[in-house]
Amino acid sequence: MSNPISKYFPLFTDTEVPHSVQARPDTGLYSAKLGIWLFLASEVMLFGGLFSAYIFLRIGAEPGYWPAGLLNVPVGTMNTAILIISSVTVVFAWASLKMRQLGKYRLYMLITILCGVVFLTVKLSYEWPAKFNHFGVFIKKESASKYEAFLGNKHLEETRQNPRWEITGHLLDAPKGSTYAHQAEHNAEHFAHETGRHDAVTPAEDDYVIQVDAVNANPSDKDNDRPHFWPREISSTLAVINAKDVESASVFAPRHSTYFATYFLITGLHGLHVLGGIIVFLYLWLPFSGGTGLYKTNPEHLANRVEIAGLFWHFVDLVWIFVFPIFYLL
Amino acid sequence: MSTTAIADTGHHGASKDHEHGEHHHPELGFLQRWVFSTDHKVIGLQYGVTGLTFLFFGFLLMLVMRWQLASPGQPVPMVGGFLRSVFGQTVMTDAGALTAAGYNVFGAMHGTIMVFFGIVPVAVAGFGNFVVPLQIGAPDMAFPKLNMASFWSFFTSCVLMMGSFFVPGSAAKSGWTAYPPLAGIADLEGGHIWLNGQTIWLIAMVFNITGSLLGSINFITTIIQLRAPGLTWMRLPFFVWAQFVTAFLLVLAFPPLEAAGFMQLTDRVLGTSFFMPTGLMIGQSVAQTWSGGGSPILWQHLFWFLAHPEVYVLILPAIGIVSEVVANNTRKPLHGYKAMVYSLFVLGFLSFIVWAHHMYMTGMGAKVAAFFQVTTIMISVPSVILLTSLLMSLWGGSIRFNTPMLFATAFLPMFGLGGLTGIPLAFNAVDLFLHDTYYVIGHFHYVVAPGTIFGLFAGVYFWYPKVTGRKMSEFLGHVHFWGSLITINGVFFPMFLQGMAGVHRRWYDGGATYEQLAGPVLHWNMVMTVSAGLLALFQLVFIWNFCTSWKLGQKVGRNPWEATTLDWDTPTPPPHGNFDKPMIVYRGPYEYSVPGHPTDFIPQTEKL
Repeated sequence: MSNPISKYFPLFTDTEVPHSVQARPDTGLYSAKLGIWLFLASEVMLFGGLFSAYIFLRIGAEPGYWPAGLLNVPVGTMNTAILIISSVTVVFAWASLKMRQLGKYRLYMLITILCGVVFLTVKLSYEWPAKFNHFGVFIKKESASKYEAFLGNKHLEETRQNPRWEITGHLLDAPKGSTYAHQAEHNAEHFAHETGRHDAVTPAEDDYVIQVDAVNANPSDKDNDRPHFWPREISSTLAVINAKDVESASVFAPRHSTYFATYFLITGLHGLHVLGGIIVFLYLWLPFSGGTGLYKTNPEHLANRVEIAGLFWHFVDLVWIFVFPIFYLL
Repeated sequence: MSTTAIADTGHHGASKDHEHGEHHHPELGFLQRWVFSTDHKVIGLQYGVTGLTFLFFGFLLMLVMRWQLASPGQPVPMVGGFLRSVFGQTVMTDAGALTAAGYNVFGAMHGTIMVFFGIVPVAVAGFGNFVVPLQIGAPDMAFPKLNMASFWSFFTSCVLMMGSFFVPGSAAKSGWTAYPPLAGIADLEGGHIWLNGQTIWLIAMVFNITGSLLGSINFITTIIQLRAPGLTWMRLPFFVWAQFVTAFLLVLAFPPLEAAGFMQLTDRVLGTSFFMPTGLMIGQSVAQTWSGGGSPILWQHLFWFLAHPEVYVLILPAIGIVSEVVANNTRKPLHGYKAMVYSLFVLGFLSFIVWAHHMYMTGMGAKVAAFFQVTTIMISVPSVILLTSLLMSLWGGSIRFNTPMLFATAFLPMFGLGGLTGIPLAFNAVDLFLHDTYYVIGHFHYVVAPGTIFGLFAGVYFWYPKVTGRKMSEFLGHVHFWGSLITINGVFFPMFLQGMAGVHRRWYDGGATYEQLAGPVLHWNMVMTVSAGLLALFQLVFIWNFCTSWKLGQKVGRNPWEATTLDWDTPTPPPHGNFDKPMIVYRGPYEYSVPGHPTDFIPQTEKL
């Protein structure tokens, strides 16, 4: 056996298990196809558990504690398109193998792999890091009136919308001893460079200074009452918030709120699935004996493997079709 | 290529091996044959032996707890100093008595080990791996490498879970249910964020669940794809059906717990608030680590969504084993085989919609409680059909009371007692009184200890000859059985009496603090503890019998029990590839005492 793994772990590999390539007549399935569907059933339950947690926590959230409009919808849309394209190309790759066109197979598989890589790159190098430099401060309810200029609760009450308790934006100055001091310093420099203003850093030791998002800059603007496709520029308005008035404050990390906890857990787990898919596709694309090397000896077996990996890939795609609306749009 | 032709190549290899007898793969070293093996029989043995070891270890943890309950604060006799040096000062005092934290550690680990590291590995993975491919006439599982991966994932979880005893603060101490927010904050203050009991518990559980999931996918695929020609669905031995439904329960119920495990893990290491409510007070102040907004009830839903089907995962394989043993030793077909199969499916389906009967105390409201009350009562119908069919199978049989049959017969009333005492708990109003008392402990231990574990013992005595080629000693088997039967009732029956008197399951001193309330029933503590000690002694008889019979037991041939199913139609022990002839099935699984036939059993492969 030329399988690289069995060189180091000499296994019993000599049992011929029936139906590992050819379908069993009465079920019409080869075993791996049944296996992957069962695996996907368990995956449905895994993500089902996470999505039901999302529903449970969102329904149970106090009014104003489930944020909306914080994610970048165009980027999410682009990633959705990329995944859908890759789901199509993986079918083309499988069909090419079925027609015994190796060159086309390698091309379509390469496109699929690249789509997966682009998806992950966008997620890890742009979307997530942007969150880690975005700050949110939940104001205590009893202190909210002091920050009405940023929260706009009067307008929200008049228009019968949920109240707003959070001020978001870039952190420019943090209370003494905050873990975000370094980030604040960096942002303040950037702010001074962009605007020429040096009033962001206050001498007070227990203040948060935040360059607020457009929503908090004009909280009573009717424009905020509807969702926006294109993300809006951050304002140059500064909010100074006393630490005593703060219920909790953090960057948009998992610990920020149950919203970001579910966001990071579900997109993180989804990202791991994308990564797993890419690794399997790479294996099937490279000339390993179990990958494209199999084409010479048993092309049908290779086609089966691509079909199985493709089914998994469609599932990963499908999960994203749920992730995108519930986090980006709703 | 036709089904038969492919199957034939496997059989050809097997028959060649058979000529070499027991040493059919002389070129394979010890490691390849017994450790890194993809052979379903070896993997079944690996699971079985690991699981049995864990069962005994989990039992010993309980024994120390029982000592503490009967003689609160007294040093554990003989082994107290040894336990102090092994488990450290969190768990044992210098004098060798169990501490309060240690009691919580042992309690949490007893539950975890018995369920996830003991019974499931033995009942599902052990017996399932060894017996199912043999009974359906398959040369191996559908995915042999995946099978090996399952075991090693399980083994990783074992190492992690055992290792967690030796981190600062010792192992998990928040119960096998790991309810937040208690489990969310456990061991975190002043402790290492990763190297602490509860965090390692969660990581180990993720490995354990992964192993179980991969294993169940393998079982279902194997049963659907690799049945021998002629082995139609209604000719399957009942044990295979039980494993089939069990595997579905595992595939669908375990993932939500895995999701919940990830969530609790991030609550602990990333500071998320999935299960941490707003305004959580720790000591005198509001916890600052968590933003709040989470729900402890969410954990309970996700946990019990697994853990109720898990109850049936524990019991169904045992019912499967008992059915095989009963049919074989009554020399009669199973009564109502088809009704039993349909009951399995109804039971499997209903087990997904009863979970919240574990959560009546959360104040879910009368309407929701009524729904779960109704489904819980409904699920007793298929359970009763199964039990009644087995009882009716005894009727009019010329029963052979060998050791497997003794355990199988005792299983019936013991499981019945466990089931019947569950009915009051199904009702919201009664459960509010009995919740978290020893009554509940008595109820589910009757189901899993003299129920499931007796079923497993029946299976061990029954298939031991097939595995090793030798029978276990009947005399020692009888000693083991009668001793266990009497003492195990001494352990669990008084729990009903204590529970109805209001003794709470989490009292560390056995109720001494609440003597005014619990006084009249506290003397039962000593009865239970002595019984548990004696029960341990009788298990030593089993261990001795199990180990010595491997080399010294009475040698047997292919079919020592004169059974009909395919697992008894192979060489003993079965070679690699399992069979020495093409397996073609002509009849149902239990054709015993057919009038006019010269023998009182007709193997499934016999063509008349």
